[in-house]
Amino acid sequence: MFNYVLKRLLQMIPTLIGVSLLSFIILQLVPGDPAELIAGLDASPEEVQIIRERLGTDRPLYEQYIDYNWQLLQGDFGTSLRSDNPVLQEILERFPSTVNLTILATLVTVVIGLFSGIIAATKPGSVRDHTAMAFSLFGISMPVFWLGIILILVFAYYIPILPSGGSSELKHFVLPALVLGISSAAVLSRLTRSSILEVINQDYIRTAKAKGVRQWLIIYKHALKNAFVPIITVIGMEIGNLLGGAVLTETVFSMNGLGRYIIQSIQFRDYSAVQGSILFVALLFVIVNLLVDLCYAAVDPRIRYDRKEA
Amino acid sequence: MSEPKAASLLAQSIPSTYADVPAKRGALYKQVLKRLKNNKRSLLGLWMVSLFIFIAILAPWISPYDPLEQNMDKLLQAPSLSHPFGTDEYGRDILSRIFYGSRISLMVGIVGVVISVVFGVAFGTIAGYFGGKIESVIMRVTDIFMAFPGFLLALAIVSVLGPGMVNLMIAIGIFSVPSFIWITRSAVLSVKNKEYIEASRSMGAKHRRIIFKHIIPNSIAPIIVLSALRVATAILSASGLSFLGMGAQPPSPEWGAMLSAGREFLRTAPHLSIVPGIAIMLVVLGFNLLGDGLRDALDPKMKV
Repeated sequence: MFNYVLKRLLQMIPTLIGVSLLSFIILQLVPGDPAELIAGLDASPEEVQIIRERLGTDRPLYEQYIDYNWQLLQGDFGTSLRSDNPVLQEILERFPSTVNLTILATLVTVVIGLFSGIIAATKPGSVRDHTAMAFSLFGISMPVFWLGIILILVFAYYIPILPSGGSSELKHFVLPALVLGISSAAVLSRLTRSSILEVINQDYIRTAKAKGVRQWLIIYKHALKNAFVPIITVIGMEIGNLLGGAVLTETVFSMNGLGRYIIQSIQFRDYSAVQGSILFVALLFVIVNLLVDLCYAAVDPRIRYDRKEA
Repeated sequence: MSEPKAASLLAQSIPSTYADVPAKRGALYKQVLKRLKNNKRSLLGLWMVSLFIFIAILAPWISPYDPLEQNMDKLLQAPSLSHPFGTDEYGRDILSRIFYGSRISLMVGIVGVVISVVFGVAFGTIAGYFGGKIESVIMRVTDIFMAFPGFLLALAIVSVLGPGMVNLMIAIGIFSVPSFIWITRSAVLSVKNKEYIEASRSMGAKHRRIIFKHIIPNSIAPIIVLSALRVATAILSASGLSFLGMGAQPPSPEWGAMLSAGREFLRTAPHLSIVPGIAIMLVVLGFNLLGDGLRDALDPKMKV
């Protein structure tokens, strides 16, 4: 196990370098000279040159990239053009709210997704199977921002029991977590169903049935455990999607999280904040994927290497 | 030039499921069509997608009003007989805007996916067919792109390129390239050592011929399924980006942008936000149903 963890950690290095390269390129693609942007319209060429030197944009690109990585290693994600604060500090201020949202949404995903998937798989072809799968198809096809608006309309305007926006108290998280959770639950539900159906006709399940083991116990002990690997995959993938989907959900519910920070930075053309926060999310995503891989190894002792064959 | 004939004869003599049988297009096509017909859900999907395509094509003729025409006497009207979906904050007819909006959504979704198919299939085939160093380079780069949550990657691309339809399509296109590379590569890997490929090679066929005549036609099934599903995702993401103000710009009748503009009037005129959302959902649902149906028809065990 230790060797496996070490190997996976080493495998992360090229990905991380690539991720930093890509986020470096993103900033290079921005049209115009950032120094001119900072200096303003009526700055003299000398002033622009001074800013350029301060930013380091007058040096060759590869030097800038090496510098960029060196700064990243020291935890310097750049400085926000808008507020002049370190980007990392601004991210970390908003991050807890996004983490809370992601955790709650994952909870909703797992509860609804597993439950409806099991309900559907235990009686394939029945009315409840069709109902569960129809709901999941709608869930996959629904825009999260639309679902958010509908929930605001119903639970904040028509039956005013929940706030329509904000992120300071737990009640602010209920609707956003539902919105994000429901759309991911749809994916998980379909997958749970198909992975249970794959194992449910195996001999050992039939044996268990023949022995008179109760059905929920069979599902829990045998079917679900064997369906764990794909389920963990989806949960891992969905955490990434939740982080991304949080951009839309946080905008709809005016939450002060990382997602809305990205949008606001884009709107203010604060590209170093955009670059920093996207890099931050990508790093998180890489870490989540690593944890998912380690979970595989823990759940299924046969798996020790790549999971990329699917 | 009898080599292709010989190769396909040889290949036909190998008994296996149709997933393994090399391109004999007519037969596969008929079989798929038959299975699609027998699957109610995919038929529904096909109908829904066709309906939206018709609406998009016929928009100028079936729309009761000009989608951009403002009418200050009829602001924020609730649905009525003359305006079945009501009017928006400029008095524009929402039904007409929904009709015209289907053009934008379908175009972004389809053009975006075409971009991803072209690049994804090209790189995926090269990686799968040639293997070795070039494969590891392509797959590493793909890994890096996959390290970014898809929607955020698209968001980053449009934020750099600037909002607008063309940039939106590019962003949506890039967003799906990695998944097409993966799926193509694994499909190519599963056919490249088949006997008919070997036969073709042994008769002196060049790489190009093998790739275009045998490899791609025989790995196309998962690519088709993924394309249908990805159009759904692309439309959903594009409307999300437009909702955030990163895609189509007002006054364009893009559904996501309409929804976003309607939010301001949620209390007084909720139909402004509800209607475009339903339109997005239906078209996405249609492509999802179609994709699911195609998968069941082509190969139920396919992992797309």
